[in-house]
Amino acid sequence: MNKRIEEAYAGRPRRWAFELVIALLTVALLIWSGTAVETSGTTQNGAKIAWNILAGIFHPDTGLLFNLTTQGVPYLLLETICIAFLGTVVGAVISIPLAFLSASNLTPAPAAFIGRLAIMAIRTVPAFVYGLMFIRVTGPGAFAGLLTMSLCSVGMVSKMYIEAIEDLDTKVLESLDAAGCTSWQKIRYGILPQLMPNFASTAIYRFDINLRDATVLGLVGAGGIGAPLIFAMNSYRWNEAGAILAGLIVLVLLVEWISTKIRVKLARG
Amino acid sequence: MKLYDRILPPRVLELPNGKQILKYRSRAPLWALAVALLTALSVKVTGFDMGILAARIREFFVILGEMLPPDWGYLSQVWQPLFDTIKMSLLGSAIGSLLVVPFAMLASTNIIRSRLVVSAVRLLLSIIRTLPTLVTALIATYIFGLGTLAGTTAIAIFTFAYIGKILYEEIETVDMGAFEAMEAMGATKARAFVSSIVPQVLPSYLSNCLFCFEGNVRYASILGYVGAGGLGLILNEKIGWREYSSVGMILAVLFVTVFIIETISRAARRRLVQGGEHE
Repeated sequence: MNKRIEEAYAGRPRRWAFELVIALLTVALLIWSGTAVETSGTTQNGAKIAWNILAGIFHPDTGLLFNLTTQGVPYLLLETICIAFLGTVVGAVISIPLAFLSASNLTPAPAAFIGRLAIMAIRTVPAFVYGLMFIRVTGPGAFAGLLTMSLCSVGMVSKMYIEAIEDLDTKVLESLDAAGCTSWQKIRYGILPQLMPNFASTAIYRFDINLRDATVLGLVGAGGIGAPLIFAMNSYRWNEAGAILAGLIVLVLLVEWISTKIRVKLARG
Repeated sequence: MKLYDRILPPRVLELPNGKQILKYRSRAPLWALAVALLTALSVKVTGFDMGILAARIREFFVILGEMLPPDWGYLSQVWQPLFDTIKMSLLGSAIGSLLVVPFAMLASTNIIRSRLVVSAVRLLLSIIRTLPTLVTALIATYIFGLGTLAGTTAIAIFTFAYIGKILYEEIETVDMGAFEAMEAMGATKARAFVSSIVPQVLPSYLSNCLFCFEGNVRYASILGYVGAGGLGLILNEKIGWREYSSVGMILAVLFVTVFIIETISRAARRRLVQGGEHE
């Protein structure tokens, strides 16, 4: 018995050359990337600055936190939720035709490849570039933020939709065909039930991300909670930044908790 | 949801064998109503206006059009920031994903029995994960000064929280037999972890790290906006000067880089996942 185990152990696959090369490559890449660590000084009082920042963040400005006007944290959070929500809805709706056009099991390969490349291009452009482009269209404000969110959502959501469409079980469609169903019935009873939970789950997941990324929009003045946060931080008002961050963290955790519950329910049917 | 069934009573179907079953009404109208209400609220708050969009959407393509023949002469100045961005995300991803391993171990209910430790570590990971990366980058620039160190730190912190959550979920679903056997034979927790759990989670851990690195390259290009080094820095500068053909060049280079990295990493990840299945 022991001998057989030892024989099996001695005959284990050996890929040490391959593994060594990969390991050396990784170490070399890490050393190479270590050369980029540079800073423009001011590290002497870094600890003191860090302490000031932490002290400010842990003593949030309660006046701002519970202020119910349009300047207060609750309204800004509501605006952020609205931007993220509508951005997700618009993005998810645009993604549906795009995903069907780029799914390699439905469309000819060259067209599907072009579609994927376009989706990747959409995903690559940083959000604030879109933000600046949309501000020309709508002027600064929540509307520009909403459009930016939609376009950013399209990039990721349609990628995940494509994966869902390519995983479609076509046997169901064949049996519906055999039972004499019309095209519309095939879509209604064969395709929609397979795709809907997946699509909804992706959209909810993206809503989470949009809520978290809303700070990026503030950089370019595209509405939401980002702008006041960045202003507060740039002018070293850490109490205000703390209040906004506290609101944002609680909101994101809450939304994440709810969305995980819904997605688990969707996945289990 | 019982109330819903009372308002819209389920339909009664009679099967050929005389048995009666209830077909509950679909809940879809309820969800549709909720989405419609939220959409209406959002339209009101954000000032969404189809008219403006239809009339002025051409403006969106103005900048896009100016980007379009990218300025090839600018290419030579893009390399340095591009490599900075890649280095930042590589180092940040490596540091973050290595540092988080002990924390992920502490956050797994099947390894640590104490509920208190597990919930405390999980809360910490959640809070770090919700901190916007831009905010951590901005704070890092105040502490470490402008430059790539701040960006690396921000990326490391983001990777730490992201990989941490995935890793403890992964650890909780492993087969505990080998771990228990080693503990019973007198191995310490750390030793048993290394020999019995690491081989099980390693392929998916590496695969997730690569995936996170892909995303980080994309994200690192934004960080320059707050002065944390990399492509964002020149991107911000060129946008400020309205030199859109240079912006187009930067974006084109970024696109090609992301495409190459994604292709390599997808091939590596496929290999990792398949290797895991064979074992």
